[in-house]
Amino acid sequence: MYRYDEFDHSLVKERVEQFRGQVARRLAGDITEDEFKPIRLMNGLYLQLHAYMLRVAVPYGTLSSKQLRKLAEIARKYDRGYGHFTTRQNLQYNWPALKDVPAILDELASVEMHCIQTSGNCIRNVTSDQYAGAAKDEVEDPRIISEVIRQWSTFHPEFSFLPRKFKIAVSATEEDRAAIKVHDIGIQVVRNDKGEIGYQIYVGGGLGRTPMIGKKIGDFVPKADLLAYLEAVMRVYNMNGRRDNLYKSRIKILVHEIGAEEMQRQVEKEFAEIRKTGALNLPQDELDRIEAYFADPAFEALSDDANDLDAAIAADQGFAHWVTNNTAAHKKPGYAIVNISLKPIGGTPGDCSADQMDVVAGLAEKYSFDELRVTHEQNLTLAHVRKGNLKAVYDALKAADLATANVNLITDQIACPGLDYCNLANARSIPIAQEISNRFADMERQHDIGELKINTSGCINACGHHHVGHIGILGVDKKGVEYYQVTLGGSADENTAIGDILGPAFTEQDLPNAIEKIVKIYLDTRQDGERFIDTYRRVGIQPFKENVYEAH
Amino acid sequence: MAQHMRKGAKEQALTANRLIDGVVVYLKADGTLSESLQDAEVAEGKEAAEALLARATPFVENNEIIEPYLFEVEKADGAIRAVSVRETIRQAGPTVRLDLGKQAELSGVHG
Amino acid sequence: MKLIKNGNFVEQDFVAVGADDALPDGAVIVPLERWETERDSLVTRNTPIGVKLESGQHPERIRDDLDHLSVVALDFPIYRNGRAYSYARLLRDRYGYEGEVRAVGNVLQDQFYFMVRCGFDALEVQDKITPEVFEQSVGAFTYAYQAAADDRPTVMSLRQRLAARAGEARAAQ
Repeated sequence: MYRYDEFDHSLVKERVEQFRGQVARRLAGDITEDEFKPIRLMNGLYLQLHAYMLRVAVPYGTLSSKQLRKLAEIARKYDRGYGHFTTRQNLQYNWPALKDVPAILDELASVEMHCIQTSGNCIRNVTSDQYAGAAKDEVEDPRIISEVIRQWSTFHPEFSFLPRKFKIAVSATEEDRAAIKVHDIGIQVVRNDKGEIGYQIYVGGGLGRTPMIGKKIGDFVPKADLLAYLEAVMRVYNMNGRRDNLYKSRIKILVHEIGAEEMQRQVEKEFAEIRKTGALNLPQDELDRIEAYFADPAFEALSDDANDLDAAIAADQGFAHWVTNNTAAHKKPGYAIVNISLKPIGGTPGDCSADQMDVVAGLAEKYSFDELRVTHEQNLTLAHVRKGNLKAVYDALKAADLATANVNLITDQIACPGLDYCNLANARSIPIAQEISNRFADMERQHDIGELKINTSGCINACGHHHVGHIGILGVDKKGVEYYQVTLGGSADENTAIGDILGPAFTEQDLPNAIEKIVKIYLDTRQDGERFIDTYRRVGIQPFKENVYEAH
Repeated sequence: MAQHMRKGAKEQALTANRLIDGVVVYLKADGTLSESLQDAEVAEGKEAAEALLARATPFVENNEIIEPYLFEVEKADGAIRAVSVRETIRQAGPTVRLDLGKQAELSGVHG
Repeated sequence: MKLIKNGNFVEQDFVAVGADDALPDGAVIVPLERWETERDSLVTRNTPIGVKLESGQHPERIRDDLDHLSVVALDFPIYRNGRAYSYARLLRDRYGYEGEVRAVGNVLQDQFYFMVRCGFDALEVQDKITPEVFEQSVGAFTYAYQAAADDRPTVMSLRQRLAARAGEARAAQ
């Protein structure tokens, strides 16, 4: 993975010193909260329902064992012994004290981490595929260009006060695990007929109050020109994006209002001008330098024959389920990708205790070349595990309550923190996910249901990605009572779709029954091998509308 | 925070977060701050509520608290209860982690 | 209000006039609309002229007039409105404007660094701003990752320089 050089270190250290000074000025009363708020937000420090919340950037979701151990240490020393992994592949601490934040940032800087641009109307942490470097059909490791974008966007003088926040995601495989079409910019790494690598650019995707699917405006942006192209998109947005209404200021609204073709025309025009100057041309030696950090680790030449593994699977039903659900094919024979579910039955999606972090860090160190990934579905991934080591990994995870074999199943839910933690929420999200998890706890039943993604958000801002859940749940407040609106048919993969509203919202008590009914209708309707989303696409919302609201 | 100040509210208390550590606090009748809602001064009627809100200003100016606002409460059986789900959670802690927040630290918190 | 030019605190040199104000003698900064309607008479005054662009006024509108203008003042109605950063870069990088680009409006110390990097060489700041505050704010970061309108070397070019030097050192051995 990428390692800082003296320049990267210098920038992060200077940022910590700057913030230390700003916190001191605030605590001394030299600046008011009005003046301080934008400053703390630019350092990822929010004020939430119970306390401050600190959001730590995990660039494109990649962490070293050492970094994860540091996150555990901070959780113990300055927080309440746990952290929360988010849909943006970041980590949030829910209870830090303002006075401790400069010290926390020092600790983070010591392992090449920071909270820069995890909030504010700037280019946020770039997200990517958790299978980067391990996926079979990958064009190129998407983290190479993600790191290039990270550096270019850090303290970008022109784009630090955009109309609204700005999120970029990168995918380099046909299967999209980074949800690129619901980002402000989605980048698909592709190879052309000549074998050259370039980028397809989608703009104007997003969730929130007005969900939109990104439109493709760039077919093949050459590698050396990517930053020039991105700068063109950003400049068109910075100059023309709406600033009169918070809810209309994302780039998706601009693209929607002027149309994708006009957006493309303006971007192309700006791109041509920027390109002429050559200032943003990416030099090959810099690309090579960054690429070298993402070269394959020292894989051993192995075969896929694994008699020991087959025997272990035959001997242990729990292990068999886990291998089926939580591991994925690796590009190298004899290796597997291991997904670690942070969705124990009845647990809080994405929460991870400091002790669990240490366990995962140890496993990554011992079995996966010292690094791991955070997924946008709030799980963790060990990208390169020898098949022969799967049982040992499983046993260690199981002992730490991390071996729930439910990845992509109905209990592998995304949920935002909701009203239990968040200042913006209208309703709770976590208890909803927990109740559904408990209802569908039975592993055989989960397997029978198959792939089904339930996403829950506690407000319209959609941090829980409810619009793109196969079943989406949105918490709303009706005169002081929590209600939950259900959508069906959303999807965040390469066939991105925004879910359709089922009908009137449910109470907290009625919601789990409604989910049970939806699942039953699917099971009764599905044809051979259909996943929930396939059945939904075939039959539409009508059968669900007709049957879910029937009297009991 | 205006959305938490319901117009028709009869009884209201004042809450804020402490600047230095973010902890939720309530304004007491004796002019100090408490971490427990049970210690909060309850203002009855619009004028008393406005006076209560005005009394937060010195704490803001002294950089002790941030984002003060009024919210609706009711008194029952000698206890003060928050009316909204949000404020009920805020005075107790996350409903999904009963070992954290005021519910784990203070007596008199209601879930 | 204080004025900082190229890092030095200086006296106000231009008078900013409104749409209907009588024009005083000497250097003035006028709103764009006034420039557009009174261009001919303003040019014949033979005193330095500046034009102020509001946040919604694209600098393309004065592109052909830049030779006449000593100052282009770009307004920040609120510090969060960052449109003028792009305007400044267009004036410098695209239009090759070498006159003064002045930041006016809600110009706060935590934004000085970004403004200078985008090509602002004059900042109209609050009275509380001291030379130390200015230095600290503009000098917050030793290095910059990305090319902008200033002549700061990018981290990328510094890396290339280091690599070249390492190469030379190896060759000399």
